[in-house]
Amino acid sequence: MVKSVYVDNAATTAMSDRAIEAMIPYLKEVYGNPSSLHTVGQVAKEALFGARQKIADLIGATVNDKISEIYFTSGGSEADNQAIRSAAYAGLAKGKKHVISTTFEHHAVLHTLKKLEKEGFEVTYLDVHSYGNITAAEVEAAIRPDTALVTVMYANNEVGSVLPIREIGAVCRAKKVIFHTDAVQAVGHLPVNVVEDNIDMLSASAHKFHGPKGVGFLYCRTGVPLKSLIEGGAQERKRRAGTENIAGVCAMASALEEAVSNLDKNMKKQAAMRDRLIAGLSKIPHSKLNGDTKNRLPGNVNMCFEGTEGESLLLHLDAKGICASSGSACTTASLEPSHVLLALGIPHEIAHGSLRISLSEENTEEEIDYLLEQVPVAVDEVRAVSCLWDDLKNGKREHLI
Amino acid sequence: MALYSEKVMDHFTNPRNVGIIEDADGIGEVGNARCGDIMKIYIKVNDGILTDVKFKTFGCGSAIASSSMATEMIKGKPISEALTLTNKAVAEALDGLPAHKMHCSVLAEEAIRAAIKDYYDKNGIEYDLAQFPEPHDEEEEHAHNDED
Repeated sequence: MVKSVYVDNAATTAMSDRAIEAMIPYLKEVYGNPSSLHTVGQVAKEALFGARQKIADLIGATVNDKISEIYFTSGGSEADNQAIRSAAYAGLAKGKKHVISTTFEHHAVLHTLKKLEKEGFEVTYLDVHSYGNITAAEVEAAIRPDTALVTVMYANNEVGSVLPIREIGAVCRAKKVIFHTDAVQAVGHLPVNVVEDNIDMLSASAHKFHGPKGVGFLYCRTGVPLKSLIEGGAQERKRRAGTENIAGVCAMASALEEAVSNLDKNMKKQAAMRDRLIAGLSKIPHSKLNGDTKNRLPGNVNMCFEGTEGESLLLHLDAKGICASSGSACTTASLEPSHVLLALGIPHEIAHGSLRISLSEENTEEEIDYLLEQVPVAVDEVRAVSCLWDDLKNGKREHLI
Repeated sequence: MALYSEKVMDHFTNPRNVGIIEDADGIGEVGNARCGDIMKIYIKVNDGILTDVKFKTFGCGSAIASSSMATEMIKGKPISEALTLTNKAVAEALDGLPAHKMHCSVLAEEAIRAAIKDYYDKNGIEYDLAQFPEPHDEEEEHAHNDED
């Protein structure tokens, strides 16, 4: 392979050197169990405390030293599951059986909600419109006296829309409804402050901001009840049993510290590269940008190219050393394209031909040049073999975009 | 570790028999845009022999590789032999396909049958309908597996 251009950072990121270095002492010397009484255990316990303090500070959770609001989990999915099920059942105890969400949440949220529906809850899924966003007013209108929880993602993993979290949080606070946000794509990428953003519960995952896989955290505001999903020991103040992943937690804290301290610089750099990509790739005939054009993650480009199929596109790009992703059915092992693209009202045949490029600050202008040169070539390669493209070209089928 | 065998990648990267036959004797089109794959096969027939075969496919890597392999397997062969081509044979010739991609080889088999049937219909050639089962409806088989 000539070169490798990794632009699939919404799937996962490379660990930063600093995060890797932060792990090593806890894999080598400080291998103790924080629940142990001896010195090696207690040193590990202190490291855990330090990481919790750091993360609380970085997301604005530390008000009056309330670092007990951070719970370490195995990642974003676990945090989403725990937050949603806890809040739903806390509501049920007061006779509330209604939950509000959106149609384009991550499956960690959607499938948890589907399960709750089977258990007797009622869920309102707010339409995200063709532009891929919702308003706080729409959330407000959906709130009922029996609403137990609003769970809305901070930013969408596929199309990059950034939702009006602060306003939604304010509405929930005013209506006294618990507000959870799946912030897996936002933490470390956007300024996130749980107090200013009126957030009660927030899920995050380390590997999305150059930390390790298998570790994440759940912020749960003091006073918001939290039930455990995993029974066992008394770790995480009895809310999450299991010996702590100290190395992972310390690496996560370091990665987040690095991301937050470079946030402005990284956001500007990524947004400039993103905008150059969008402008350049939009010149491909019969292409379309998906998601919110204004309120958008700095690193997200998601486009459809009519007459192409996503997996073929990815294979051609992979041959050129470009690692990207697609919402096509063939990449999901089902025949349905991405539920996110369908939620935006994009027709199936267009959704199959989607390409997501997700940047990190590690990407370079030279790599953007390479993408701008090679993506159109790959689109042409797919279209050259495509009978659907033939039909569009010779007018047997009407162009939809 | 790779998603596909080297054979699949070879036929995807350098597909054989891509194109359109303007004066085709038979054309078969199966699949639909909604499901993300359409296969179109063009045949030229002389004395019961498939003298030329071309294809155009909208679909994933295995759909394109299956089309390429299938056209190669029937080109220059008698129609009678082409009708015995099974999706399994196509998949085997490609050194296997992932389980959830087997439907791509089914499409190839069906597209060839559809092209031959079209040739028979256009030329008033009688045939046994049992040889041409209706292509199955993909939409009814949607598996709902998940990712990410």
